[in-house]
Amino acid sequence: MKFAIIVFPGSNCDNDAYYALKNIGFNVSFVWHKDTNLSGFDGILIPGGFSYGDYLRTGAIAKFSPIMKSLIAESKKGKIVIGICNGFQILIESGLLPGALITNKNIKFISKTVSLKINSYNSVFTKNISKDRSDINMPIAHKQGNYIVNKNTLEELEQNDQIIFKYKDNPNGSISDIAGITNKNKNILGMMPHPERASDGLLGSNDGRLIFESILG
Amino acid sequence: MKAKIFIKYKEGILDPQGTVTNKALKSINIKGIDSMGIGKYIEIDFDKSVKKDDAISITKDSCNKLLVNPNTETYTFEIEE
Repeated sequence: MKFAIIVFPGSNCDNDAYYALKNIGFNVSFVWHKDTNLSGFDGILIPGGFSYGDYLRTGAIAKFSPIMKSLIAESKKGKIVIGICNGFQILIESGLLPGALITNKNIKFISKTVSLKINSYNSVFTKNISKDRSDINMPIAHKQGNYIVNKNTLEELEQNDQIIFKYKDNPNGSISDIAGITNKNKNILGMMPHPERASDGLLGSNDGRLIFESILG
Repeated sequence: MKAKIFIKYKEGILDPQGTVTNKALKSINIKGIDSMGIGKYIEIDFDKSVKKDDAISITKDSCNKLLVNPNTETYTFEIEE
């Protein structure tokens, strides 16, 4: 399975994502944000970091990078897209996922390992994870991870089973403890925690692998 | 000609910066403030050929397409000639 990792000026988890996906068995390539064609890939990952220095709003400027047109087109064909941390922020600014990510409730940059509840196994990202694993651990590292959404959209997310991960102990103030959601078609995942930084035993947790392994089937 | 754009969070959106800064003001004994909000201020300078009507539409277009997140923010602006 061929995966593209999009590199923006300011991305800093691109190499971590490359390492994690490669080790798990994906065919991985970096794609520069000024490229315009993602048609040769089966999946696309937008890594964490500080694209465009987080200027204006996190993800607000990256959404106009040339690669985003192709990313949106490929996502509409049902290809898998994962946005992690800043990647999640970019997906939201691009309108591919609903809601907004605002400053953490305590206004601090939070960097620590958190425990996540798998809220839905009904997605390509979680369907192959053993139901015995009700919770998984991985790091967060963000200041704008406080997920907000209006009441109607929250109800829709719940009804369509689009809330994939929830925090067990909410670190940032996100509504309904939301840590990761998909779009309605469930081919686009956005999440603040970093599975790629929990994909090697040496890093303290292997739980991030479960998500990537689930995609590989 | 200039546009002065004021961006603030919508009603009901948590503004932790405003809340915490207000607490800090209270802690230094500044009284009488009920609540405060912290937003953004942006200034745009137009090139000389731009007339006031164009300045208004350019400002609105810039806000709607990039400068403001309609999910969380509202804006007002003034044109200064």
